[in-house]
Amino acid sequence: MALASEKKGAMVIGIHENSSNGGEFELRDVSVTYGSELAVAGVSMDIERCAVTALIGPSGCGKSTLLRCLNRMNDEVSNATVGGSIKLDGTDIYGKDMDPVELRTRVGQVFQKPNPFPMTIYDNVAYGPRTQGLRQRGALDDLVERSLKRAALWTEVKKDLKKHAFELSGGQQQRLCIARALATQPEVLLMDEPASSLDPISTQQIEDTIAELKSSVTIVIVTHNMQQAARISDWTAFMLRESMEEPAALVEVGETRSMFTNPGDKRTEAYITGRFG
Amino acid sequence: MRTRIRRAKAAQTAAMVLTGLAAAFIVAAALYLLAIIVMRGLPGVSWEFLTQPPRGQMKEGGIFPVIVGTLALTGLTAAVSLPVGIAAGIYLSEYATRGRVTRIVRLAISNMAGVPSIVYGLFGLALFVNLMGFGKSILAGGLTLACLTLPVIITATEEALRQIPSDLRQASLALGATRWRTIYRVVLPAAAPGIVTGSILGLSRAVGETAPILFTAVAYYKRQLPTSLLSDVMALPYHIYIMATQVTGRPDEIVWGTALVLVAGVTLVSVAAAGWRSLQRRKVRW
Repeated sequence: MALASEKKGAMVIGIHENSSNGGEFELRDVSVTYGSELAVAGVSMDIERCAVTALIGPSGCGKSTLLRCLNRMNDEVSNATVGGSIKLDGTDIYGKDMDPVELRTRVGQVFQKPNPFPMTIYDNVAYGPRTQGLRQRGALDDLVERSLKRAALWTEVKKDLKKHAFELSGGQQQRLCIARALATQPEVLLMDEPASSLDPISTQQIEDTIAELKSSVTIVIVTHNMQQAARISDWTAFMLRESMEEPAALVEVGETRSMFTNPGDKRTEAYITGRFG
Repeated sequence: MRTRIRRAKAAQTAAMVLTGLAAAFIVAAALYLLAIIVMRGLPGVSWEFLTQPPRGQMKEGGIFPVIVGTLALTGLTAAVSLPVGIAAGIYLSEYATRGRVTRIVRLAISNMAGVPSIVYGLFGLALFVNLMGFGKSILAGGLTLACLTLPVIITATEEALRQIPSDLRQASLALGATRWRTIYRVVLPAAAPGIVTGSILGLSRAVGETAPILFTAVAYYKRQLPTSLLSDVMALPYHIYIMATQVTGRPDEIVWGTALVLVAGVTLVSVAAAGWRSLQRRKVRW
């Protein structure tokens, strides 16, 4: 533990001096309704600061839906309503004082398919900071470089930052998207199956990046891949929708090591050992 | 078995020949049209033709005021229809929720697109010339042409915006951008080639229209250049019409030369837009 916190301190001074050190979520009885259909219900869990929390479960179990509650991207779906309470560092993110636009600068997201903007590598990474009003050339250059380094893409692209983002490979594009999300200096990074469209080597690079990042950012990752969850996460939450008549729910959440070696719930055990899903 | 295969092959050959003939016919018709206009028109086109006003009861001299009139009308049409049309397209694609309101808007647009151009002429006469008191003028004619062009630009904008993957909007919103910033920094630039193509298509049609400006903008003969938006003007399509039907003993190459100027102008703009688009495409691949 002592070693870990020392390392954390080094990161704060060395790389990430401008932003706070991760954020923590507190979810209480969270539910999501699409129109009249209750999709997710009764989710209560804590998401630890500067750790990786994996959301696992079969397709359609509400993992991505729950993830999108954390940066209020569900607001963009016109008929979605979120119930219960979600607090980020003690503040209700669905409260009156919380602006979703501001929230999303604190809680970044990386999507399933790499989705760089049709612009240069530099402009992609600078998009978030520019949105927040950063115009100063030197500061932007620094931030772009730092973000690309954190996403482990800098050495591959430092010579051609003016190249169009679409000229990068799929794996590089996804790391560019991670760099782009990091450039707003978020406390939390949400990742929705970030490696599912990538080849094994690119997947490995993304996983390495996640391992590097978690000392400075809280990471919540949705994944279909249980080996991936076991490899990279500190905490695992297992979600399940048992029938189409019922909403999806959280079955259990716990430390990844004990979840995978000694699951508390029979359904978790069945899923982890590959009996369904 | 053999005969079945032979028949299928024959049908395949027939289909290829027939569709190919249709395509060849289109190319031949376009080339013939162009060839006629160029061959008959070119002898009439000279530096003097392009830069001098008509003389001698329009049987001599050039068409300079006619060109200026069409440019003025098109400019005003563009100035009105582009901002309104693109804004309406953005609203329909990016803001409007599917429901009764958008259905009504869409119905109105397709109705506007279906109205014959002479009816727009009458509408412009009633509203802009008489009711609003603009008289026969660039302003009244340009506004009438803008009404005609709007549905094309709105539809083109909406279509172009819909082609942009929603991934990109999501990515921008997730970075803490507002919807509007997402639209003008990410979605609009990506959709620009489609919007430009559609807009030029709409404006090209407006440039060549006679009926909408017949009662709202054009003068039979006017040597002087327009001095304000309230001046009436000569215009290329109307000039072709009157020269071909009303002026006896005119040299034919003046009519064909005017047609050539009109076609060449429209073609030039289209080609420039196509060139710009392929430059963009090289940068943006989905």
